[in-house]
Amino acid sequence: MNIVVCMKQVPDTWAERTLRPDDSRLDRASVDGVINELDEYAIEEGLRLAEANGGEVTILTMGPEKASESIRKALSMGADKAVHLIDDGLAGSDALQTSAALAKVLGRTGFDLVILGSESTDARMGVLAAMLAERLGVPQVSLASKVEVDGSQLRVHRQTDYGYDQIEASLPAVISDPGIDPGEVGLAGAATEVVSFAKRPPRQAGTVVKDEGDGGAKAAEFLAAQKFI
Amino acid sequence: MAEILVLAEHDGETVKKVTCELLTLARQFGEPSAVWIGAGAEGGRERLAEFGAAKVYVADGGGIEDYVVAPAAEVLAGLVARQSPAAVFVAATPEGKEVAGRLAVKTGSGVITDAVGLTAGDGGPVAEQSIFGGAIVVQSRVRTGTPIVAVRPNSVAAEPAPAAAGIEPAGVGLTDAARAVKVTERVIAERGERPELTEAAIVVSGGRGVGNAENFALIEKLADSLGAAVGASRAATDAGWYPHQFQVGQTGKTVSPQLYLAVGISGAIQHRAGMQTAKTIMVINKDPEAPIFELADFGVVGDLFQVVPQLTEEIERRSAN
Repeated sequence: MNIVVCMKQVPDTWAERTLRPDDSRLDRASVDGVINELDEYAIEEGLRLAEANGGEVTILTMGPEKASESIRKALSMGADKAVHLIDDGLAGSDALQTSAALAKVLGRTGFDLVILGSESTDARMGVLAAMLAERLGVPQVSLASKVEVDGSQLRVHRQTDYGYDQIEASLPAVISDPGIDPGEVGLAGAATEVVSFAKRPPRQAGTVVKDEGDGGAKAAEFLAAQKFI
Repeated sequence: MAEILVLAEHDGETVKKVTCELLTLARQFGEPSAVWIGAGAEGGRERLAEFGAAKVYVADGGGIEDYVVAPAAEVLAGLVARQSPAAVFVAATPEGKEVAGRLAVKTGSGVITDAVGLTAGDGGPVAEQSIFGGAIVVQSRVRTGTPIVAVRPNSVAAEPAPAAAGIEPAGVGLTDAARAVKVTERVIAERGERPELTEAAIVVSGGRGVGNAENFALIEKLADSLGAAVGASRAATDAGWYPHQFQVGQTGKTVSPQLYLAVGISGAIQHRAGMQTAKTIMVINKDPEAPIFELADFGVVGDLFQVVPQLTEEIERRSAN
C-alpha cells in the first residue's frame, strides 16, 4: 500500500509567533521550525498502517528550503521516502492554492491513502484534506479515531459531537501528470487576503483574589455581577 | 437585496444555536436563506423563521444524511451557481469547515475559517480571526469568487428578526462522488443533559490540579449548577481522568464561550489556543504564578477542593432564590 503523509513545518508553538509587517505573512525566519504536532500523529498512523498492511510511507511537504530539517526528522521516525515541493513562487499561497499544488504532486506520486493531520498549529484552518479530496475526486474521512484497511475497503471511526460514526469508503488509485502553473499559486493569486492585523490588546487586568475561606463566594459574586447567575 | 446562504446545523429535529447566530450575522449583509440537508426541515423551520431566514432550501431524500460532508458541499455549490449569493456562511465546526473547503474548490472561491466577528467592507465581509493562540487579531477578506466564511459559535448573540422561512426544494441532484463516504452506524456516547462543548455558552474545564478521575465529579457539579458544558485540559485527558472528546486545546476542541472557567489548569499555550477567545474567563488555581491568570477576568488563588464546592453551593443557593 502506497501511503502518503502530508506534513507541514510550522513555527514552534512555544515561540512567540508573529506576522511580517510588509506582507502580513507568517514570520518563519525568526522562529524554530518543527513538524506540525498533529502531522506527527499522521506520520505515526501511516507507519502503523504500513506495518499492518504492508507498503511504504512517503512524506509530502510544501515549504521553503528550511522545511528539509523537518523532512529529515520524519524520515528518522521511519518514513521510507519524502517529496519536498519547493518553489519561491509558492510562497504566500492560501489553502485553495496549496491544495492545488499538493493535488498535482499526489497525481504524480500516486497513492492508496493520503493522511494529513487535522490542522496545522499555525494557520489552523483544517480544510486541506477536504480540498485535496475534492480536487482528487476521492473519498475523504476526517476526525478519524480508528482506521482499518481491509483490501481496498477503508473502515474508520469518525468522531462526532455525540460519539462516533462508523464510516466505510473505498481506497482510491489516481495517477496524473504534475506541472504547477506559477500563476495559480503564491500571494498575488491567493483567493483570500489579510487586510490588517494587530497584536491583541492585552486583556484588561482582571481581579485576582486570594482564597481566605471565601474565594468561592467571591467568585459567585463576580458571576452574579456579570449576570451569569 | 443580496442573498446570503447559511448552512443550517441541526440534529434532524432542531436547529442548533450557532445557526441562529449565523442568521443574525447574515442579516448585516443581505437576506439570509437557510440550507437544510436531510430530513426534519419542517420541524426546524419555526426557529429559522424566528431568526430571519427568508427561505429554507431543503435537500432531502436518497439517504442524503448517511453521507459525510460531500453532499452539503454539492448542494451549496448548486445553489451558489443558481442563486449567485453575496456570501456563504457555515459554522466553524470540523464538518462545517470541510464543507467550506470543498465548496471553495468547487466554486473557485476564497474561504476564511474560524471568524470570530464579521463587518461590512468595500469588497464584501471582513472577517476577524484570532491567531497564534490568540496573540494576534487579523482582519481578512475573500477577494476571489463568492466569499465563504466559517464562523465560530458564540461569535455574536443571536437576535430574533422574524421572516417567512418559506420552504423550497434545493433542486440539486447528488453525484455518485457525494456518496463515496457512507455512515454505516452512529454510535451515541452517554453525554447526559449537558450542552455540547463547542456550542455551550458556559464551559467549565478541569486540569492537572483536579488530581484524578473521581474528582472530576466536582467539575461536573459546578458545570451543572451553571448549565455549562464540561471540558478538560490535555494533561487531564492524557492521564485518562476525562474522555478525550472533551479535551479543550490545540489538539482538542476549540471553544469560544461567553464564560470559561479554568479549574486547576496552568494555561500552557496548548490549552490557551483552544479557549482564549472566550468572552469572560474565570480561573481557580492554587499557584499564583500559573500563566492562566494572565487571561483571567476574575481569578481565585486557592485550593480548588475548597473553592469549587463553595462556588457551586453559592450558585445553587442564588439560583434557587
